[in-house]
Amino acid sequence: MADFSVCYEFKRKINKIGLMYKVSKNIKILSFSLMIIGALGLAFSFYSAPKTIEQAKEMVADSHGDSHDEDHGAVSSHSGEDSHYENDAHVENDAHSNSHDEHLLHKLQNRPWSALYVAALFFMFLSLGTLAFYAIQRASQAGWSPLLFRVMEGITAYLLPGSLIILVILILSSMHLNHLFVWMDPDVVAHDKIIQGKVGYLNTPFLLARAVFYIAGWNFYRYISRKYSIAQDNSSDISNHTKNFKWSAGFLAFFIVTESMMSWDWIMSVDPHWFSTLFGWYVFASMFVSGITTIALITIYLKSKGYLEKVNHNHIHDLGKFMFGVSVFWTYLWFSQFMLIWYANIPEEVTYFITRIEDYNLPFFGMIALNFIFPLLLLMNSDYKRVNWFIVTTGIIILVGHYIDVFNMIMPATVGDKWFIGIPELSGIAFFAGLFIYVVFNSISKAPLEPTGDPLLKESEKFVY
Amino acid sequence: MADKILHAVYDDDDKLMDAVKDLKASNFYIDEVYTPFPVHGLDKALGLKPTRLAILSFIYGCIGFSFAIFMMNYIMIVDWPQNIGGKPSFSFIENMPSFVPIMFELTVFFAAHLMVITFYLRSKLWPFKEAENPLPSTTDDKFLIEIKFHGDGKALKAAVKKTDVLEVNIIEQKESK
Repeated sequence: MADFSVCYEFKRKINKIGLMYKVSKNIKILSFSLMIIGALGLAFSFYSAPKTIEQAKEMVADSHGDSHDEDHGAVSSHSGEDSHYENDAHVENDAHSNSHDEHLLHKLQNRPWSALYVAALFFMFLSLGTLAFYAIQRASQAGWSPLLFRVMEGITAYLLPGSLIILVILILSSMHLNHLFVWMDPDVVAHDKIIQGKVGYLNTPFLLARAVFYIAGWNFYRYISRKYSIAQDNSSDISNHTKNFKWSAGFLAFFIVTESMMSWDWIMSVDPHWFSTLFGWYVFASMFVSGITTIALITIYLKSKGYLEKVNHNHIHDLGKFMFGVSVFWTYLWFSQFMLIWYANIPEEVTYFITRIEDYNLPFFGMIALNFIFPLLLLMNSDYKRVNWFIVTTGIIILVGHYIDVFNMIMPATVGDKWFIGIPELSGIAFFAGLFIYVVFNSISKAPLEPTGDPLLKESEKFVY
Repeated sequence: MADKILHAVYDDDDKLMDAVKDLKASNFYIDEVYTPFPVHGLDKALGLKPTRLAILSFIYGCIGFSFAIFMMNYIMIVDWPQNIGGKPSFSFIENMPSFVPIMFELTVFFAAHLMVITFYLRSKLWPFKEAENPLPSTTDDKFLIEIKFHGDGKALKAAVKKTDVLEVNIIEQKESK
């Protein structure tokens, strides 16, 4: 257990300036160039998206040469969950084919928006997953992790800009600038009995109000926890630590409810007919493993630059165990969701997976390899979890895999079979990666890298796996 | 040839760990340690080789996994083809999702059971085996270090006395053993 007196004596001896991280020039150049490239790429994708039905048809004809693809699109929307236009049995034949063309236009127009939204969600999830991990460390008073608190706090600094960007995208969607959320379109709702039944929950003002509520709650905890964490550095008792413990426990209860609702609102509702009761957990597992991976990658980076001297392979080993364990947990939830729906084969549910297997075969199954088989085999051996390049390699695979996971959650509903990982998607990743790196490293440089006043610091230093 | 055995008894796992580290530091060979529960880090302090049970567990898991695939393929596809989830495809790969829980369970089952059996064989344990621990209270709340020596063992006794020991017993080894 922690020896408080030793800890405080130790604290006084430290030269705090030596523990400060300074953002290197390379990081700044990297983050700004990523942001600029990303912003230019996104601007180009928005500019080159079709404006009219004719342009959309032309684009499809140009890129695929024959009309075969258009037939395919029609087939997919018959079978797919995004067949809201077809749900009305009274639509005339002529109007029917017009609605297909309009649908095609919407899909193509959605692509840059979806690329933006997927990347924004993914990077926000890194931060939110880390915040949940951080709160668990605080609430459980874990002894091994206090040395990594400042890294985690740095990553969670991105939560504020990241979640506000999501809010802005939601507001823009509610202003009908895109068709990410079909249920926001009154015409669609008017012809759709299933969505009509959900209008009490699934309506634009309530969605935005909820989003503001979640974002305010998460960021409030992040703010207050960071404040107490910094205050603990220079305090002579552990009152800040205790307060942090209480707020963290409260936050976790708040988080698991709001996270679940967030996943219905921001992700599941792009497929407004489909629902899955464990979707919140599934999204949580995805953000949790990506967040832990980010902690490991940034810790290893800082160590390679000579910071975080006291963090050793035991801490990396523990992060590796979490990466391994939560990857398996994610697979368990993915499979539980998939298998029940696949086995029961109920049309309104199974269309979700039919679209993904037919139109998204490679990302859908490739993701299982990246998120399950690679971490399982690479991180199974205890010794490998202590080797930095193993953690980094697996970490990059996990991050790519979970980007594709978010991609698979959004894209099939918004762009249908017109997906590709091209300029819009890569630009989205580049832009948000740049912003993420800039905000995170900037925040890490704002406080000493060691939470010198933490009562469990000594235990963390001595920690041996 | 060692003809005497020293038993040093401790009443706390931290004291035991410190004693083991001290004795190892002054180059005494510790033959055996008896504890009522697994003491974290004791194997490292004693300088024991890392266990190879983990590698076996992986191999056993693979055997269970393969067995499950073979078994489900034979039962559900070959011997008596089943209509699974209203999709009568009679192909293993297309029905694979419904077999995953069985594959998982058998992987765990084989790994766990074969690992326990291996552990028993390797530690020469079997049902009704007579207990070997010299002090019955090492199954309750005492910790015991066993060191074999010959001669008068003055240095050893002095070193053991220096640790936070509860009692030290010297046992003359019997001929019949």
